[in-house]
Amino acid sequence: MSLLFEVQDLTVILGKTAVLESVSFKVEKGDVIAVIGPNGAGKTTLLRALLGTVPYEGRIIWHQNPRIGYVPQRFDFDRTYPLTVEELFLLKSGSRSLWAPTPAQSGEIKKALSHTEVEQLQKHKLGELSSGQLQRVFIAYGLFGAPELLLFDEPTAGIDIGAEMTVYGLLRDIAQELNLTMLVVSHELSVVYTYAKKVVCLNKTMACFGVPQKVLTPEQLQSLYGAGADFYGHEH
Amino acid sequence: MTGVSVGIGVSLLGTFVILRRMALVGDALSHVALPGMALAVTYKLNPFLGAVVFLFLAVIAITLIERHSVLPVDALVGVFFTAGLGVGALLSPSAESLLEALFGDIAKLHMVDAEIAVGAGLLVTIVTMLLFRDFAYLTLSPELAHSEGVPVQRTELIFMLLLAVIVAVGIKLVGTLLVGALIIIPASIAKNVTGSLRGMAFVSAVVGVVAVVGGSGIAGVFHLPPGPVVTTVAAGLFLVSLFVRRS
Repeated sequence: MSLLFEVQDLTVILGKTAVLESVSFKVEKGDVIAVIGPNGAGKTTLLRALLGTVPYEGRIIWHQNPRIGYVPQRFDFDRTYPLTVEELFLLKSGSRSLWAPTPAQSGEIKKALSHTEVEQLQKHKLGELSSGQLQRVFIAYGLFGAPELLLFDEPTAGIDIGAEMTVYGLLRDIAQELNLTMLVVSHELSVVYTYAKKVVCLNKTMACFGVPQKVLTPEQLQSLYGAGADFYGHEH
Repeated sequence: MTGVSVGIGVSLLGTFVILRRMALVGDALSHVALPGMALAVTYKLNPFLGAVVFLFLAVIAITLIERHSVLPVDALVGVFFTAGLGVGALLSPSAESLLEALFGDIAKLHMVDAEIAVGAGLLVTIVTMLLFRDFAYLTLSPELAHSEGVPVQRTELIFMLLLAVIVAVGIKLVGTLLVGALIIIPASIAKNVTGSLRGMAFVSAVVGVVAVVGGSGIAGVFHLPPGPVVTTVAAGLFLVSLFVRRS
C-alpha cells in the first residue's frame, strides 16, 4: 500500500469559530475510510478542505496527485431547473458547449451511469428523479472522469434503510472494482463496521483514527455521541 | 440588426436570470439607472453612458455588500432600486425626459446608440455562451461549481455585470419599465415548452428575437410605440406557451 495523502494539524476557522482543530491522519491508496461524528463535528468541512474550497491552516500533503470525485451532502437544488442527467455530466466533463454531445461523450456518460444501473435516466431531467435515483446518478457523477479518490458526503441521506445498505454495498463493490480510495461521511455506525477499513472520528478535534473494531470502543462512542450511543455500535 | 442582437443577448442571459429566481432583479435593477440618466440629461451627455456608469457601480456595490452581509441579492437590489428611483425622480430635469427614459423609443435611436446596442448585445451573447458551463453549474449549486473549479465569486460578478449591460441597453430600446419583460418572458416561455437546459436557452433566444423584431415591425406598421408592442407580443407568446406546455 502506498501513501496517498497526509493531513497534518488541519484547522479550519469559519468566521470566528474553529470548525476543525488540529486534525491529523494518513490515507493509503485503496483505503475505504468512514468519517463519523455528531452534527457540527466538521465532517463536511474536512471534505471541503481536501477539495480546497475552504481556507485552512496546517498541511494537506498529497503524495500522489489524484483526480478527485465529489458528491455533496443532501443535494438541494431547484427541482424545476431543466438540467438533464446528460447535461450534468457534460458540465463535469468541462465541455464548453452543451449544445451537442459527441457520440463518444454520450457513450462515456452511459458507461458511468451503468455503474449504478441508471443508464436509462440519461435523458431525464434531474428534477424528475426520485431521491434514490438522484443518489445513484450522483454516485455515477462522482465516478465520472475516472477519479482515483472519491469523497462522498453522507451518500445515503434521505434514503430508506433498505436502499441505504445497497448504496454502501454498491460503493464498496465499485471501490474494489476500480481500485479507488474513498472517504465516506456517514452517520450510520453499523454501516461503518460492515464496510469501512478505517474510521476517522471527529468532534471538531480528532477523536480517533484506525480500524473501526479497534478504535470504536463504547467509551469512545459515548464521548462522541453522548449516552446511549453504544446502542448503534453493535457488531455485525 | 439592433433588435436581433439585443433580443438574443437579453433572452439568453434571461435563461439564467429565471433559473436563479432573480426574475424581478433585472426589472428592479433597471431603476438604478434613472439617477445616472437624469444626471446625463442635465449635463447634456448621452443618457446611455449615465445609465451604464450607475448600473455598474450599483452591481459592484451589491456584489461586494452581499459577500460581507447576511442579505440576499434581491434585498440589496431592492435597496438600490428604490433609492435609484427616488433620487432619479428628484434629479430628472423635466417630466418629458423622465417619461422617455422610462419608456424609451427604438424609433428615436441615434446611429451611435444603435451601434452601442448591437455591440453590447453581441458582447453579452458571446460572454454568456463562453461562460455557459460556469453559469449552469453556479445555478445548480455554488458548492458543486466550486468543487469543479468554477471561480464562483468572479462568475457571480460577471453575471451581474452582464445583467447591468443588458438592462442599460434595454433602457434605450424598450424603456426601463419594459426591459424586465424582455429578460423574463422569453426565458419563461422557453422553460414552459422545453425539457433540457440547452433547449431552454435556444428557445429563449429565438423567442427574444421574434418578440423584438415582430413587436417593432407591428409598431412600425400601426404607428404605435414599439416598447409596449414588444412586451404585448412577448406576453401573447407566453399565453400560447401555457397551452403547448410539455406534460
